[in-house]
Amino acid sequence: MMRNVLPILTVVAVLLGVWLLAVVPMNIHLAADQAQRDGVAVVPDTPAARQEVGAVALAVRNPDVMASTYTLERPALPGPQQVVGELWRTTVAVRPSSKQSLIYHGWVTLSATLLGFAIGTTLGIVLAVGIVFSRTMDLSVMPWAIASQTIPILALAPMIIVIMGSLGIQGLLPKAIISAYLSFFPVVVGMVKGLRSPDAMQLDLLRTYHASPLQGLWKLRFPASLPYLFASLKIGISAALVGAIVGELPTGARAGFGARMLVGDQYGQPLVTWAALFAAAITAAVLVGIFAMLERWSARRMGAAA
Amino acid sequence: MVDPVISATAVDLTFRTNDGPVHALKDVNLNIAKGDFVSFIGPSGCGKTTFLRCIAGLETPTGGTLTVNDMSPEEARRARAYGYVFQAAGLYPWRTIGGNVKLPLEIMGFSKADQAERVKRVLDLVDLAGFENKFPWQLSGGMQQRASIARALAFDADILLMDEPFGALDEIVRDHLNEQLLALWARTGKTIGFVTHSIPEAVYLSTRIVVMSPRPGRITDVIESTLPRERPLEIRDSPEFIAIAHRVREGLRAGHGDE
Repeated sequence: MMRNVLPILTVVAVLLGVWLLAVVPMNIHLAADQAQRDGVAVVPDTPAARQEVGAVALAVRNPDVMASTYTLERPALPGPQQVVGELWRTTVAVRPSSKQSLIYHGWVTLSATLLGFAIGTTLGIVLAVGIVFSRTMDLSVMPWAIASQTIPILALAPMIIVIMGSLGIQGLLPKAIISAYLSFFPVVVGMVKGLRSPDAMQLDLLRTYHASPLQGLWKLRFPASLPYLFASLKIGISAALVGAIVGELPTGARAGFGARMLVGDQYGQPLVTWAALFAAAITAAVLVGIFAMLERWSARRMGAAA
Repeated sequence: MVDPVISATAVDLTFRTNDGPVHALKDVNLNIAKGDFVSFIGPSGCGKTTFLRCIAGLETPTGGTLTVNDMSPEEARRARAYGYVFQAAGLYPWRTIGGNVKLPLEIMGFSKADQAERVKRVLDLVDLAGFENKFPWQLSGGMQQRASIARALAFDADILLMDEPFGALDEIVRDHLNEQLLALWARTGKTIGFVTHSIPEAVYLSTRIVVMSPRPGRITDVIESTLPRERPLEIRDSPEFIAIAHRVREGLRAGHGDE
């Protein structure tokens, strides 16, 4: 356990360090403007003149202003402690039912994610079985599955929302469809590889038993494909979350992580955007973590060396 | 002579490849009687494995007639007339040893009680009693191969086809398994087709040794063993054993000579 944690903590510490260092030059011009408005003497003394000065030089010439780069209300880059504070304020400090609460918004996004992931995974497994058993499907479906992933989801998402909206379908389902669209692909690719992983000898053995194709699927191909399936599920679940968030962006959705990011952007509240971003990242990490645990559990059940 | 269990008359098999046709088997004639232990020996490419796969209905000859239990090999395969042991044990890593032996029984629809009883019996037969709940990775290579033999025996087919089953094992383990296989054959009276490239193994095990040679794959000699059915390992030092081994070696050399 410690072996895994230490490298991760090291990377986190390095990232935090870079972030903390970057806050000063990123915000120094804003901080200088603010300080001047508050009546503090700043050099150079006009915003236009300050634009001519590089960020680091400006910070060096105004050491008193530096500290305030970490506490701006609307920073270009918020400090880590500001993001953590905003996260705390919008999760623990408010009722989960409040429109301010990231738990409320998180659930809105998560429900679409899970529904879309379920649809995508089911579709992916069904397609993979079809592709493995039918040469026609292999030749006809696989190229389309690949082509589907070359269309930028940002271009496709509004069309899906609008078309489904005009059919009277709103809310959860359109977002789930976008999630499914992103998550079915890794499942198809992984499962096709997994279902084809048994070697010729294994397949010959089943022929000597005169096993039916369905028996071959249940007894050999499915169990053999499980490691591939789990790798795909971990990619698929995070893709599904991205899909749900992207689905919230073009419609001006009022709830969900995507909506919070949009609100923060449009109303000049970077902290809201950053908190939503981190909440989404944490959600994705937890989802992937759950599948990693399921993977280990299934590997143990299937006799893997402990 | 009683009706042969396996009968080949003028069997031919040509594979079409990108480099032109490959003559894998040419004019193979052979009868195998019930209870025979027949070894196929020859250099790689001589078609010994291909012939075994033809008997099993895994390949289809392009000429001649081949019958297994008076049926076509394809029908015999559908009737589950034989158990097949491959070069590698090929146990499913996600099933226990018992679960692996149970695999053909599940596929063939044996009742649960019958399955349990048969698993126990064949694991006893290959000396693996008590390993039923172990996973394959917990067993040595020799034990895994024994488990795969148990799997082939589980559904009680009268014919056992073995394709270099001990080829990947070391000499000492191989000796031990050869001894056990003879004992098993004596107890069950099965008809066994056995592919090998080891002369001592072929001579020690077989009632008949079929010597084959490549390009095209064909039979060059069929040697009836004069050894008694009861064979301790020491028999390999007897003059009789050495004489048969010598004849096999001569046959192999002759097959090579006309290239």
